[in-house]
Amino acid sequence: MKGKVIVITSGKGGVGKTTTTANLGTALTMLGRRVVMVDTDIGLRNLDVVMGLENRIVFDIVDVVTGGIKLKQALIKDKRFEGLYLLPAAQTKEKTAVSPHQMKNLCQELKKEFDFVLVDCPAGIEQGFKNAISGADEAIVVAVPEVSSVRDADRIVGLLEAAGLRKNQLIINRIRPRMVKRGDMMDIEDMIDILSVDLLGVVPEDESVIVSTNRGEPAVMDASSRAGDAYRRIARRLNGEEVTMLPLDYSEGLVNKFKRMLKLASR
Amino acid sequence: MLDFLTRLIWRDKEKTGSKHVAKERLRLVLVHDRVSAAPQLLEALKEDLIRVIREYIEIDEDALDVSFNSIENTVALVANIPVLKIKKVIA
Repeated sequence: MKGKVIVITSGKGGVGKTTTTANLGTALTMLGRRVVMVDTDIGLRNLDVVMGLENRIVFDIVDVVTGGIKLKQALIKDKRFEGLYLLPAAQTKEKTAVSPHQMKNLCQELKKEFDFVLVDCPAGIEQGFKNAISGADEAIVVAVPEVSSVRDADRIVGLLEAAGLRKNQLIINRIRPRMVKRGDMMDIEDMIDILSVDLLGVVPEDESVIVSTNRGEPAVMDASSRAGDAYRRIARRLNGEEVTMLPLDYSEGLVNKFKRMLKLASR
Repeated sequence: MLDFLTRLIWRDKEKTGSKHVAKERLRLVLVHDRVSAAPQLLEALKEDLIRVIREYIEIDEDALDVSFNSIENTVALVANIPVLKIKKVIA
């Protein structure tokens, strides 16, 4: 088995890299693929809490790379999904505890075992970023429709290309159709035009993401979550399926809307 | 009548919506970002410029200055090229 290493990056912090990693990882296993999510944000690990796996950490990425701990010992198996694993970041070490070379070897190793290796990249463009991209075959750039985020995404795309990564796709996160409609938020076309990258998917702003993060259950587990639905569609694209882009003003069916209301009411 | 009015207001909003400001500002800032991220682009452009201009005009190559400037809502490529001598015109 020879998998694919995909780094999820953005430059700017807080635009949804970790949420995207957690949701795509989970959604891909729901499609029957074997996935490992690697948190490379050493010192500020978060993928474990977003996944609800924070209590199961024994060893971390630094232990594997430098401490002689076997990969199998450090990988946390997510019991909710067949074939989903997490390699957590170290919380108390420096970003320099891992080198790009070590990261590359680690990715090579993981690729043998998994269909998808999703690398959650830290914010910024320093050592942590360089480490995270060093073993990647392709990249997903996450950006929100704001000037600062698109600017950083542009810089990141440039750095990815300079590092020899050719397949860099964009996920536009937290778009608000109503604001787009009234001309107060950049549209999908605007961002694609400016960044000149391929669009992988669009995720609407959705409160259910906060709810699911509170619970440590990725939004894709919630059948009625709009963001979850968007991530499930993106996962299918990553899995090689042709999935049409939904128009922004796509309104869910009345039945779904009703289901969602019921679900919210029952909470 | 009300419908007409709201449509008028709506259309006005479309034009003045803050996204246009965002796009304009982004466009300008990215020109500068991309140039500073790839200074070799300006250097290569400079060399090519010198090569072409030399055919017609004798210039002070060391004093030649090429840069991007934001003027109002556009980005301009500004070249300051001190001329030493115009070559003899061949009719």
